[in-house]
Amino acid sequence: MKTNRFWAWLTFALGAAYFIVPLLATFEFSLRMRRGTYSFDAYASVFADPYFVSSFGYSVVIGLVTIVVGVLVVVPAVYFVRLRMPWLRPFMEFITLLPLVIPALVLVYGYIRLYNSSSIIPFTGSALGTDILLTGAYVTLALPYMYRAVDNGMRTIDIGTLTEAAQIMGANQAQIIGRIILPNILVAILSGAFLTFAIVIGEFTIASLLNRPAFGPYLVGIGTNRAYEPAALAIISFIITWGAMGMINVLGRFAPRTSARTD
Amino acid sequence: MAFLDVQNLTKTFGQTTVVKGVSFAFDKGEFISLLGPSGCGKTTILRMIAGFERPTSGSIEVDGRDITHLKPNQRQLGMVFQAYALFPNLNVGDNIGFGLKIAGMPAEQRRARIDEMLKLIGLAGFDKRYPYELSGGQQQRVALARAIAPRPRMLLLDEPLSALDAKIRVSLREEIRAIQLDLGITTVFVTHDQEEALSISDRIVVMNAGNIEQLGAPHEIYNKPATRFVATFVGQLNTIEATVLDAAARTVSIDGQAATVPALPATADNGSAVSLTLRPEVLSVGARQGNDITLSGTIADVTFLGSVIRLRITLGSNLLSLDTFNDQRTAPPARGEKVTVSLASKDLLVL
Amino acid sequence: MTNTASPRRIPWDALAVAPFIIFAVMFLFLPTLGIIGAAFTDRAGSFTFDNIFGLFTDQILAAYWISIRISGASAFFGALIGLAIVLAIIRGRLPAPLRSAVMTFSGVASNFAGVPLAFAFIATLGRLGLVTIVLKFLGLDIYRSGFNLLSFWGLTLTYLYFQIPLMMLTIAPAVDGLKKEWNEAAQMLGASQFQFWRYVGLPILWPSFLGTLSLLFANAFGAIATAWALTGSNLNIVTVLLYNQIRGDALQNPGLGAALALGMIVITSLANVIYLVVAARAERWMK
Repeated sequence: MKTNRFWAWLTFALGAAYFIVPLLATFEFSLRMRRGTYSFDAYASVFADPYFVSSFGYSVVIGLVTIVVGVLVVVPAVYFVRLRMPWLRPFMEFITLLPLVIPALVLVYGYIRLYNSSSIIPFTGSALGTDILLTGAYVTLALPYMYRAVDNGMRTIDIGTLTEAAQIMGANQAQIIGRIILPNILVAILSGAFLTFAIVIGEFTIASLLNRPAFGPYLVGIGTNRAYEPAALAIISFIITWGAMGMINVLGRFAPRTSARTD
Repeated sequence: MAFLDVQNLTKTFGQTTVVKGVSFAFDKGEFISLLGPSGCGKTTILRMIAGFERPTSGSIEVDGRDITHLKPNQRQLGMVFQAYALFPNLNVGDNIGFGLKIAGMPAEQRRARIDEMLKLIGLAGFDKRYPYELSGGQQQRVALARAIAPRPRMLLLDEPLSALDAKIRVSLREEIRAIQLDLGITTVFVTHDQEEALSISDRIVVMNAGNIEQLGAPHEIYNKPATRFVATFVGQLNTIEATVLDAAARTVSIDGQAATVPALPATADNGSAVSLTLRPEVLSVGARQGNDITLSGTIADVTFLGSVIRLRITLGSNLLSLDTFNDQRTAPPARGEKVTVSLASKDLLVL
Repeated sequence: MTNTASPRRIPWDALAVAPFIIFAVMFLFLPTLGIIGAAFTDRAGSFTFDNIFGLFTDQILAAYWISIRISGASAFFGALIGLAIVLAIIRGRLPAPLRSAVMTFSGVASNFAGVPLAFAFIATLGRLGLVTIVLKFLGLDIYRSGFNLLSFWGLTLTYLYFQIPLMMLTIAPAVDGLKKEWNEAAQMLGASQFQFWRYVGLPILWPSFLGTLSLLFANAFGAIATAWALTGSNLNIVTVLLYNQIRGDALQNPGLGAALALGMIVITSLANVIYLVVAARAERWMK
């Protein structure tokens, strides 16, 4: 038993070192901008960069729209499939696994070929169209996570019984979803939302191939031109990711009591 | 020379002592039950015998060999767990053969032993099934076969029946007992179910709060409970309030009637109140030969249990429980009826 | 209200599922089918296998091979190390608060991929990185002894930063499902800890392990941002090759680009099919 514990601690310590050292090293590096002393100059330089503000703002907006669209697409589908069309479930599961199997790079290649300016739906023909396409791509990218979060949420609250109870009291379909189901799975939806946000905010591949001024391509540009700012940006990104995940954790505590934590 | 010899076994978890210097010794081939409410320390004792918990002090000997500090896998004991604990990834045959494989038995001999075990538990031909394909009772039988296949020196049963349905529980416990007698294997059985312990054991250790309350054969435990705890925990018990008439002559007054009891507490003075206890089955409705005390009361409640009818009878300030056999030719007594009940004063217990 | 007379109720079911289906068709099926179609189409628009044959050049095969090696290595080591850490935390009975902290951190780290991760590793193991400098100070010049962050091992080491946590998150429920009694039963039957894991513990985890392994493989195989930010267009992995092709038709043949993408789909699908086949055999004992 003693030796067992020793190996457990050793394994943990080695793992922790691998994960913590790069963070410390990056932080240390980000402070080295001013010669001979540690300073936050790199951070100041990042925040003063108008492109940082604009690209970050752009990604936040796209991220929020992605979340809204994702929820609108996923929630009603999961609800009705669970309630009325269970035979569609395997198909849904298959669809939501596809983005994990087909690389995003391949999908975006498909979009560019399919929705170019001379096609029936010329998404890439205008900036707005490309933004819409980018949002669609991000919803697809986040689909597995959003679907799983919502599906877990609905499983834990037994939507069948809730729906029947509401119907007996005379509620219509819209009232059932809006007043009964949504509030009960809100925590699950928010978990999926924060995860989506974490995925979208620094995404590089799709944004850069669609030529949108998002945060990911901005980061790569900084990486090739500057020395210390990238480290500062890595730390900032880590904090943003941490914030999103931390929110999921905090929300987990407010989940309906029967729910298995989805984190 | 005792086969299982436990001396001054003590186990402390942090601040709480859950087993407080327990000693007992049993012979080879005995079926021993550790009986008590949850938290009484019975499971901890079993786990110390198995080797999963290290005793804070004391010793455990099996067959003359001190095993107190051996690892579980060196003790050559067999164990059956409450929740079956069959290996889900192995089929029935491989589960039963697991211990044999570990011991290095050649495949052919193993095959024969597995078949023998399957026959013993009445599941011949089930060797290719997986645990999830079996009912709870079948799984627990396989777990039993797995435990005894390597011919362990002793068998440990940790509440093996409590996860099963009532009917299967009874049939499986009879089966376990039959197999145990057949193999003559010393068995330690942990349970909180007094009926189970009474029906299956050679001897019972009744435990409470880390101590042994009483150790004896089932009929001794039931008929002559050593403490009030044993009397209430094992079987049903009625309490009658009485007044001591003459402490020296052991006479008391029950509801105005004088009676001589087998014993009285040393502290009882003339005129003081004492609680007398008695089993439901020693009370009879109406008079019966040998019963020297007759009391009259009112039926407060009737519970029809099939072969037995349990009556609750108000006798002055006392509420007594009484079992009578169901008589198919007459209707059961009704609530509110006046009845006389009788009992023999020698059946009264003073605790 | 005469509901019986007018059965024209709103078909909520179909309306609710339709957006999902349309979405899947527009953003998953059609683009993928488009790629597959293009892979078998020549410039004139007629059917051909030439694009597929075109993949068998040294440069493209090498790119696939390096991608497979990096994905395989990072998935394999990520899965092993992730499992070891989860076992240490859950089975080694490390304090409960530590466990929940580690799992939260895993959630963060598994999403800390892409460009920022590349920056972090440049700051750590790049030529001016902290660890590089400290090791040099201690007398070990890792770059002189052949290490390079922009190499196979450098990239694998970087990928592990999101692969290990992803493994931990997906395998933890399976490890939680290992009952304490199984270990105790094995011990009572004379088994050592090694024998328990050999015959019971690991076989039970095996299907989940394989499933996660294929997920990790696909995860690394499709990754580009980290590699791109680390190396620019220098590293010859298949995602970088395809990225350059999409950007500026680097292969000077759109059909060949589609074939390249098709090859990627085939490889990740293959990883999943292998998993499904092996898992089906390993899961006979499951309900």
